[in-house]
Amino acid sequence: MPERRTILPLRTGLLFLAPAAIFVVAFIVLPFFWVAVVSFTNRSLTGPGALHPHFVGLTNYLQLFAPRTFLQPGQFGSSLLITGQFVLFSALIGQAVLGLVLAWLFYRRESWVKQTVQTLAIVAWIIPDVVVAFAWSAFLDYGQGTLNHILTGLGLPRVDWLLGVPMLSIILFNTWRGTAFSMLLFSSALGSIPPSHLETADVTGANAWQKLRDIILPLIRTHIVTDLILITLWTFNTFTPFLITGGGPAFRTEVVSILTYRIAFKYFNFGSGSAIGMIMMLINLAFALVYLSLLRRREATR
Amino acid sequence: MARVVFDHVSKHFGAVRAVDDVSFDIEDGEFICLLGPSGCGKTTTLRLMAGLEQPTSGRIAVDDRDVTFAKPKERDVGMVFQDYALFPHMTIAENIAYPLKVRGAPAKDRAARTADVAQSLGIDHLLERRPGQISGGQQQRTSVARAVVHKPKVFLFDEPLSNLDAKLRVEARSFLKHLQVELGVTALYVTHDQAEAMALADRIAVMEGGRVVQMGPPLEVYRKPATTFVANFLGNPPMNLVPVKLRLDGGRARLQAAGLDVAVDPGRASRFRDGADLTLGVRPEHLRLVPDAGEATFTGSVYTVEPLGPETLITCTVDGQLVTARLFGDEPPELGDTAHFRIDEHHLELFDDAGVRVER
Repeated sequence: MPERRTILPLRTGLLFLAPAAIFVVAFIVLPFFWVAVVSFTNRSLTGPGALHPHFVGLTNYLQLFAPRTFLQPGQFGSSLLITGQFVLFSALIGQAVLGLVLAWLFYRRESWVKQTVQTLAIVAWIIPDVVVAFAWSAFLDYGQGTLNHILTGLGLPRVDWLLGVPMLSIILFNTWRGTAFSMLLFSSALGSIPPSHLETADVTGANAWQKLRDIILPLIRTHIVTDLILITLWTFNTFTPFLITGGGPAFRTEVVSILTYRIAFKYFNFGSGSAIGMIMMLINLAFALVYLSLLRRREATR
Repeated sequence: MARVVFDHVSKHFGAVRAVDDVSFDIEDGEFICLLGPSGCGKTTTLRLMAGLEQPTSGRIAVDDRDVTFAKPKERDVGMVFQDYALFPHMTIAENIAYPLKVRGAPAKDRAARTADVAQSLGIDHLLERRPGQISGGQQQRTSVARAVVHKPKVFLFDEPLSNLDAKLRVEARSFLKHLQVELGVTALYVTHDQAEAMALADRIAVMEGGRVVQMGPPLEVYRKPATTFVANFLGNPPMNLVPVKLRLDGGRARLQAAGLDVAVDPGRASRFRDGADLTLGVRPEHLRLVPDAGEATFTGSVYTVEPLGPETLITCTVDGQLVTARLFGDEPPELGDTAHFRIDEHHLELFDDAGVRVER
């Protein structure tokens, strides 16, 4: 092996690395292990567990998966189901499909409509959570909300968005919020297809659906996989719906990130909250591994 | 098999006239080459034929059916793109069969027809591979196979050989020619390579600035270029073009330039006045080496000597102007020699001050 030329001596290099490493260890690595340990204890902020936390083995996990309560509102199983619906409808169907449709509609077209829609989508994507959540609360409010005023103006009945159809509300919200990413990713993916491929399809007589199915989707397959995995992870972990519905009413929009927050920081039950956190971490890890293996396969086929 | 008519077709992109009032007829089974430099409108003309662009004005017809605004798929054409446009995620067989698939042909017929076409193109051993796993020449054949598999009325080629190396290009050229004759399909072929156009075409349409400046059989275009542009574009090396002055003296006409003097039939120069600025054109192979200045049309000093095997190219400077001669068999002069050349009048072309050929 040839000798590697280095710019700095190892010791100096480590010195430069140290500040970042210290922060990573202090705020990510240590808390991770702390959470892992705490998830096997009955540590809490109040009561006996606060003074003398002790190991309780798998109790926290067994409680989460207790068959009798698993699917009851406000419990882990019910929350997982809600999260699943939330990911399926707002990310996979909402963001990905809408993003693909927008990218396809604007493919090889330059117009003010394209500029406007893209700009609006990107704005929705980049403004801070709290601002967005406040705007949506104002938008969806039953009595004074913009949306209900519009509906009334059109002669349609008012809808109680936050209490009547809270799940639909946060799905619409998250779709609106995140579509820009899929749209941009798919736009650049479509841009990478040589025009002659689609023109060949035109000349051979393929219709729009055949072009999409036979040419476009297979050619941007790896982009689609990347997009689906990333938006699944982000949507699975997002906490923003809390700012709109607070997880309610009656736990109906309590996705797992909100459940974790409620158990750990409202009920101060750190042990149980950590157990949920650990399971979320494992689910994320599974997604990430699938993603990495798909990426590797893509490298291998090149 | 089809007749194609372009009737005063124009295509403008904003202020740019990519195709400007182009008219021509293509006979059934004819092979037409659109020849010209980049930006001359030849590819746009082809795309108008394919239906990938729509004309700003004019009419396009195939077999007396107006297809001016018809969609590509309604025209029944097969097209080969410069980059072949093979679908990387499909096997060679799937690529070839794709036009049949979108037409809803049964799988059995598709397979049979694909095998048939692949065999006649010599790629039947590659059917299970993917485009990334075969050579450039094989990709080119696959692309041709896909264009012919559904028996289109018109073949369209957009510089299909320009991505191949020189040796393969000549091979693929004769192969394409053979295939077109065998299938008897009308073909429209775009190229900027004059040798390719000469070799392939029944007729060449030379384009410049969106217009067809000349259309005719290769040898006619070569021998009687309509303008100095065509004269300069066809042939390698191209026709020698020398600015001359016309001298009318009694009943005789002479063309003169520094170091050059040649008599012409006064009939050819009859419509010009004495002292008119003309351009003399002569093909390199029509310059004859003569031993002494007496019978020479001009005398130059040898600038470069390029032996090419069967022929030798001699470039001379004649009063600062470069003139190239193609010599066969003669003992070629050497660098720096003084060489005497003769031009026989029947080999000499005249162009007026607008660059348009003067008919004999």
